[in-house]
Amino acid sequence: MTPRGVAEAVTVVIAAVVAFPLYWMVLTALKPEAEVISADPRPWTLAPTLDSFVRALTVQSFGRYLLNSIVVAVVVVLLSLLISFLAATALTRFRFRGRTTLLIMLLVVQMVPVEALTIPLFFLMRSVRDVAPVFGLNHLGSLVLVHLAFSLPFAIWMLRGFVAAVPAELEEAATLDGASRFRFLWQVLFPLVAPGLVATSVLSFIHAWNDFLFAKTFIISAAENQTLPLALQVFVKPDQNDWGAIMAGSTLMTIPVLVFFILVQRRLVAGLAGAVKS
Amino acid sequence: MMPTRRGDGRIAFAYLAPALLVLAGLMGYPVYQLVLISLFDYGQEQVSGGAPLAFLGLGNYTKLLSQDRFWAVLGQTVGFAAVCVAGTLLVGAVLAVLATRVRTWARMTLFLAALGAWATPAVAGSTIWLFLFDANFGFVNEVLGTTGFSWTYDKWVAFGLVAAQVVWCSFPFVMVTLYAGIKSIPGEVLEAAALDGASTVKTATSVILPLLRPLLIVVTIQSVIWDFKVFTQIYVMTGGGGIAGRNLVLNVYAYQQAFAASEYGLGAAIGVVMTVLLLAVTVGYLRALRRSGEVL
Repeated sequence: MTPRGVAEAVTVVIAAVVAFPLYWMVLTALKPEAEVISADPRPWTLAPTLDSFVRALTVQSFGRYLLNSIVVAVVVVLLSLLISFLAATALTRFRFRGRTTLLIMLLVVQMVPVEALTIPLFFLMRSVRDVAPVFGLNHLGSLVLVHLAFSLPFAIWMLRGFVAAVPAELEEAATLDGASRFRFLWQVLFPLVAPGLVATSVLSFIHAWNDFLFAKTFIISAAENQTLPLALQVFVKPDQNDWGAIMAGSTLMTIPVLVFFILVQRRLVAGLAGAVKS
Repeated sequence: MMPTRRGDGRIAFAYLAPALLVLAGLMGYPVYQLVLISLFDYGQEQVSGGAPLAFLGLGNYTKLLSQDRFWAVLGQTVGFAAVCVAGTLLVGAVLAVLATRVRTWARMTLFLAALGAWATPAVAGSTIWLFLFDANFGFVNEVLGTTGFSWTYDKWVAFGLVAAQVVWCSFPFVMVTLYAGIKSIPGEVLEAAALDGASTVKTATSVILPLLRPLLIVVTIQSVIWDFKVFTQIYVMTGGGGIAGRNLVLNVYAYQQAFAASEYGLGAAIGVVMTVLLLAVTVGYLRALRRSGEVL
């Protein structure tokens, strides 16, 4: 075999190992229950069934949780895109006092461990409940707010490079053509930083979608407002886990992110490279 | 940078206002509260209003720092993060280089698998790994012929398993970023090196590595920050920190102290200590960025 042939064979083997847990997840979700808890697990099944998916969707009303997760993630992505784009524009295209301090602050807040902040945030959401219930404990709004706050610093930091890369001459030309600052912002700048916006939205989406901790801490007594990661835990029992349903739930949870990733993967690679280069 | 115009400051402020509002309310204020809570004896009775708050000053901190438990957990956290970071960087870098050496179809296969691992939510990923390594029904034990062996019982084996899962889901970021970095090195630079008669090793160490240095710094520090703060994997895979809390890391420890033991003050103090440690890392990060020519 040529050296490249060897490298390709190695690559494929590694890819198989990396993908194996995902294969196992889908396979287990499709196996009949008896095969799942067999002491002699086989890497295939001759009797695929959707029973586990049915259990996950009916016993645990996954549909409802899926919808909640989608609502939170989509709202977070949209708000974070809008707010971070404006902020990144301000931080790169204007000079004002305190700009550097702000940039440093944005980096610093990323270091604060989210898990420690759950303590004060829990108390904050408890008091918000009395003023604006939708943003307080047990409501999805509380999750939107915290995920927005935690994804903004990284989003702004990342978008900054993309906005800075747009030449100033473009803005001068647009101004000469009589475009208002606002029009330039949305019609020229916004489309130009698209790869950055894609990379940013992927990261905000994952952030909100994967959250286990805040949902666990904030949504305490309103089961109908739970999100997906929490629903999975219900099938985990001390005596006997319902592995089939857990894997069906995991599959349902992973598919939307995977689809999103595959749709944007080219732009994501470009976005990451751009963010790092800038 | 745009030429300065009149009213720039005001417009900039208007653009920044939404971000500042969210960050001040949901990051700034909670950080202030965290420090404040850490100075009080804040337990279940205080939360429910049954007992008045007692100011302890640095009491929670002295209590914490005098615990053998805290130092053990701190050591575990640093060790665990170090193993995860090293593993992630090594796997990510090796595979990024490998990806540049193969044809598109092989590279796409690898990238798709990696995207899959990356896209898997932490809770789902942790659960899948647990099942793969399950004592009785796990595929891994079946293949190794070690049926009945519990991968989560022994402290270090359990840590190893969690670390492997963390590397699995975080190497793709490093791989994709470094791959993009390597591809962005202009072909002429490499041709020039080849014309000068540089060997592969020489090209790698004195041409490619220096060019990738800023990128390597970014992915290293990001990994340090992420892996120091691992929560979900430990929480899910070791059932909240392992038997008798043997697999605790600071993050999970703080959470358990606050929400399971209702010692909010002590939990907050652990959070503050962690923040300070991570800030030290940030300072290192900023210095590295400055040195590599990043203009703030």
